[in-house]
Amino acid sequence: MSKGVHYRMGKLCDNGRLFVFMKDALMKREGEVRIPSGCAIAAVISRKKENIPGSLIIKAMGPMHDRSNGLGGGFAGYGIYPEYKDFYAMHLFFDNRDSRKACEVFIKEYFEIVKSEVIPTRKIPSITDEPIIWRYFLHPLMSMMLSLQLDEKSFVARAVMKINTELDGAYVFSSGKNMGTFKAVGYPEDVGLFYRLEEYEGYSWTAHGRYPTNTPGWWGGAHPFSLLDYSVVHNGEISSYDANRRFIEMYGYKCNLQTDTEVITYILDYLIRVKGLTLNEAANVIAAPFWSTINGEKDRRESEIHAYLRKTFPSLLITGPFSIVLGFEGGIMALNDRLKLRSMVVGEMRDRVYIASEEASIRAMDDSAKEIWAPAGGQPVIVRVEDERA
Amino acid sequence: MTIDAADLDYRCINEEIRKVDGKCIITSCLGQRFIASGMSNIDIEIEGIPGNALGSYLNGGTITVHGNAQDAVGDTMNDGKIVVHGNIGDAAGYAMRGGRIYIKGDAGYRAGIHMKEYQEKVPLMIIGGSAGSFLGEYQSGGVIIVLNLNSRRQKSVGFFPCTGMHGGKVFLRSRCEDVVFPPQVIRRSATDEDRNELRSYLEEYCDLFSLDLEEILFSEFTVVTPDSKNPYRRMYVAN
Repeated sequence: MSKGVHYRMGKLCDNGRLFVFMKDALMKREGEVRIPSGCAIAAVISRKKENIPGSLIIKAMGPMHDRSNGLGGGFAGYGIYPEYKDFYAMHLFFDNRDSRKACEVFIKEYFEIVKSEVIPTRKIPSITDEPIIWRYFLHPLMSMMLSLQLDEKSFVARAVMKINTELDGAYVFSSGKNMGTFKAVGYPEDVGLFYRLEEYEGYSWTAHGRYPTNTPGWWGGAHPFSLLDYSVVHNGEISSYDANRRFIEMYGYKCNLQTDTEVITYILDYLIRVKGLTLNEAANVIAAPFWSTINGEKDRRESEIHAYLRKTFPSLLITGPFSIVLGFEGGIMALNDRLKLRSMVVGEMRDRVYIASEEASIRAMDDSAKEIWAPAGGQPVIVRVEDERA
Repeated sequence: MTIDAADLDYRCINEEIRKVDGKCIITSCLGQRFIASGMSNIDIEIEGIPGNALGSYLNGGTITVHGNAQDAVGDTMNDGKIVVHGNIGDAAGYAMRGGRIYIKGDAGYRAGIHMKEYQEKVPLMIIGGSAGSFLGEYQSGGVIIVLNLNSRRQKSVGFFPCTGMHGGKVFLRSRCEDVVFPPQVIRRSATDEDRNELRSYLEEYCDLFSLDLEEILFSEFTVVTPDSKNPYRRMYVAN
């Protein structure tokens, strides 16, 4: 898209604080400016945990090309690092060599570096201005964990927050075990090519094509947003961002990028990992049914649970349009906002489940997919691999 | 004339359609948007999945889809006919102001949102299966019929049907006992007069999908119209 088009699009932004034109915004970074998204999401999972090549999920994004504008694309793959499955795979963007060196000093204070390497990429004309992109397979240092009195996952989450908040020029964009997020500024098909995704295999993949409206579109701001093994791809624009952010920042999360997807990721990590809610319960917090619907529910217990969750976590209700796919170790969850202001369809074939913003995307992955259906607003679709339940 | 859409974007497809005089079959369609947008005098059949805004601003002619259609089919269409032999996505017939949309299967959320009418221009949408939530939201004219045949959903219509309705008419082939309508609309059972009106709408539809018109008409129908005695004072409720 040309700069001229951006210019026409823009007056814009933020909840009244900043008024700049998109032209200027384009020169800024995520977190420095908020501009008032259309997007595309897709996902595939093999219930039998069979390997799916990254090339399949790239195909899904082809028919939805026009839903993005080239300012962000990304993927998350699960089960892609079987040789290092016991270590946290941290993917980082660095501005320059110095920021990498400084960050490595920090990392070594907290972790044992089992392996560190440049993430292999492919030079293509459509992806430019890339930062330095590295990955580290890390083992948390027990002595540090004991002195901080944190469990392993909290320890890793805190380290991620610290790097992203305090270290200039370093940004962690993936930090789970046996999974990885790959993202960039560009169209998703190009981003997949750039990261050589055809060389990876995993049992589940999620994908995102971005049409940023609130932020200028920087590599870190592309989706998926991830923390530990949770990753979120999101189509929409949530109107409860500030209310959600104020709440979640009380619990040690730092929303650095002003993008709504970041806060969704932290909310889900908080509800599921920290508070121990089930996926279904978490869905009923963020996309809670209307009070009129809760009061009309025939199942009394169901009604009580819904009311309890709404009352307990009122600040984590997410309003405004969204369709998201949450990836996690061993499964995925798709969810629409309760008014269903974004489209999302689900299809199945054999042990595979496909999810996408458009049916055409599912057909691009598997023309024979059956039972294409659209979940209702607020109705979570949870798919787990088979041996996870055992 | 057949157009193989496999390697064409929507602009190329529409250019090809404009060149055709008479029937046109589009094959291997996969998500291309805006097909036949703003066109008239066309006769198109589509194999595959057409993208969003199929037949938007359509001004005449017929589009037949042999499968499912995505979102915003017939957005602001003015005339003509769109026939879908499968399910349809969200916001079908968005702000439709004329013409007909016939769906064999289910419709997504917000079917017929902001449909309108003016004098002889009365749009018609018939949904063979069930409809999602917010059916006929802000409807200000036209006719929406939900037949509730062979749907995978349990209810003929989702939550909050006819919210903001201030014109037009909705027919639901159901007693709608468990459906909550807003206080600003009137719901009642169909009368003989309503059934005659329904017959005129359903003839072409039943013909197209080989359905028994008499059997369908024999069922209980609920009719919803705006209640002019109880106009909108406070549109948005506390959530």
